[in-house]
Amino acid sequence: MALAGLVAGMVVLTAASVPLYRIFCQVTGFGGTPMRAEAAPDTVFDRQVTVRFNADTDPGLPWLFKPEQHLVEARVGESKLVFYRAENNAAHPVTGQAVFNVTPAKAGAYFTKVECFCFTEQTLQAGQKVDMPVSFFIDPAFMTDANMKDVTSITLSYTFYSQTQEAAGKTAAVQ
Amino acid sequence: MAYGETAHAGHDDHAKPSFVRRWLMSTNHKDIGTLYLIFAIVAGMIGGALSVMMRMELAEPGIQIFTHLAINPVTGQPDLDRARQIFNVFISAHGLIMIFFMVMPALIGGFGNWFVPLMIGAPDMAFPRMNNISFWLLVPALGLLVMSMFVGEGPGGGWTIYPPLAVLGNSSTPGGDASIDLAIFALHVAGISSILGAINFITTILNMRAPGMTLHKMPLFVWSVLVTVFLLLLALPVLAGAITMLLTDRNFGTHFFDAQGGGDPILFQHLFWFFGHPEVYILILPGFGIISQVVSTFSKKPVFGYLGMAYAMVGIGVIGFVVWAHHMFTVGMNVDTQAYFVAATLVIAVPTGIKIFSWIATMWGGSIEFKTPMLFALGMIFLFTVGGVTGVILANASVDQSMHDTYYVVAHFHYTMSMGALFSMFAGFYYWVGKMWGVQYNEFLGKLHFWISFIGVNLIFFPQHFLGMAGMPRRIPDYNDVYQGWNHVSSMGAYLSYAGAILFLIIIVEAFMRKRKVADNPWGEGATTLEWTLSSPPPFHQFNDLPRIK
Repeated sequence: MALAGLVAGMVVLTAASVPLYRIFCQVTGFGGTPMRAEAAPDTVFDRQVTVRFNADTDPGLPWLFKPEQHLVEARVGESKLVFYRAENNAAHPVTGQAVFNVTPAKAGAYFTKVECFCFTEQTLQAGQKVDMPVSFFIDPAFMTDANMKDVTSITLSYTFYSQTQEAAGKTAAVQ
Repeated sequence: MAYGETAHAGHDDHAKPSFVRRWLMSTNHKDIGTLYLIFAIVAGMIGGALSVMMRMELAEPGIQIFTHLAINPVTGQPDLDRARQIFNVFISAHGLIMIFFMVMPALIGGFGNWFVPLMIGAPDMAFPRMNNISFWLLVPALGLLVMSMFVGEGPGGGWTIYPPLAVLGNSSTPGGDASIDLAIFALHVAGISSILGAINFITTILNMRAPGMTLHKMPLFVWSVLVTVFLLLLALPVLAGAITMLLTDRNFGTHFFDAQGGGDPILFQHLFWFFGHPEVYILILPGFGIISQVVSTFSKKPVFGYLGMAYAMVGIGVIGFVVWAHHMFTVGMNVDTQAYFVAATLVIAVPTGIKIFSWIATMWGGSIEFKTPMLFALGMIFLFTVGGVTGVILANASVDQSMHDTYYVVAHFHYTMSMGALFSMFAGFYYWVGKMWGVQYNEFLGKLHFWISFIGVNLIFFPQHFLGMAGMPRRIPDYNDVYQGWNHVSSMGAYLSYAGAILFLIIIVEAFMRKRKVADNPWGEGATTLEWTLSSPPPFHQFNDLPRIK
């Protein structure tokens, strides 16, 4: 009985690992999970970091999605606002949701977003074009982490996936 | 077979069960052990044949062999993409068959079932009927895995079945199929089989030892099985959970590992390797136990540092649970995490070193007899050490950045698995074959088998270190022409090794045809464990009067 309980316990732990892992990543920024904040900090440092922007679109989503600027120079602690452009090429409304991460992954803990289109689902009407804002800053604690000494550029990457039912069926592996 | 004349002189007096009753409804640990060994040999020949086909393909650059398996029915022309996929399907099936259907059934189910009760002086396993179902679950599991190869595209993701590849395309999407689902079911069923077996072994070892057989007097093989089954019990449910999530991601619209819905494919890697790393110790620890028995027997000395040997295995088992991320140094972990996993991984070299040096110290000053089991044991110690050394190299995150997913890794884990685990199985087989079935192997053929295997596996895998250092990636059926030379050597080694495997079958047939009688203890004063106090083969039921251990 005790051994069967051990087996059941390990299964429960495995199931619990999913929410635990998500919380762990959100709290620590592990694996390049960017952080969220309500407002930008007051202090701005002189150190500059190049922030690059990347955009990918799932083949199941009929959108054109790209950043409006390839990079910006951001000073640590400075609040920046950038835009991504999305255009629905389909003849019907489509809902998408973006997932995001930053590279190098270790900088995830210091890359903080105040506002982002990726926090919610986005619906575009047929042919609609929108500019989608991202407001972010690099946490001042970046200055004091020895592991960040070699970080001179950070890449923020988004992948937009379809949330509309018929297109949400997973793309087949090999045709 | 397990009934000799000597057996009837013993204390079993009831009627001989019919063939169906004895083999299909068996509750006898020795018969179930025999079934496991037969199963492992069959699965090993299948898994080996798959690897020989892969080596045939890799003998030359380009794709020549697998194109014959990938003829497009419409055009009659070979389909190259299909050929590449079939190569990957072979990789997946080879890995899964060798791990779940060859090594584990042979070492744990086969030798474990046969000799754990004999060595601790128990009449049978604690739960004989559960023992039976553990074995019979493996047969449909292997069937499901083989079926998966023939359904649709087949599972091409390797034994690690990483998402996102493994979640793409279920049977209701165009171009998708249920092959990975079948492979997942195979793992589920094999996993249940192993968990039931593990519960059985733990109960047997903890509750059914003969009077006087304290934990610290148990033979090291029993210790190795005890540690192994605890690892199984803790690791396999994690695999079961992870692949269940994979299954629901594939078929029921969940997004545990699917970035599209906010899931994380890296989480699967963490879960998989939290199972996968203990799993590789599950494969090798019973082998360690066998080597300890064999080295001690043929050196005619007790094992050097018995307690150190036992607790080294416990240590390997414990540390094995906290090093999993060294399989995934390239996923973008921060440098501190990498440093931890490097350090923890290097620590494993300490208990492993204790084992290697204690075996050498056991032989030191001993009166060594180079019979076939001892040759395989020595071969295992030497080759496992080579695999251990390359393991220490790969444990360094900085080195692994360039070695990851190259043939260097393939060479490393085959030195520990294909040579460490396989050679210890052969050592155990030759050591115990006379005891198990009362027929002795042919010593000349046994030694020939050793030398063919030893030369063969080294020819296969040593050149793969060079290929890996030169940057040849794993799991790709084609390669740059510069890699041809060593690949050719490696393929020759594969043919030689498979010839060795066929010779092994011939040796078994020869032994059963000649029926050379075996004494109760053919190995002399060095063989001190309880199984040698019984007849060869042992009676159908043994230890009705429990032996007392001083």
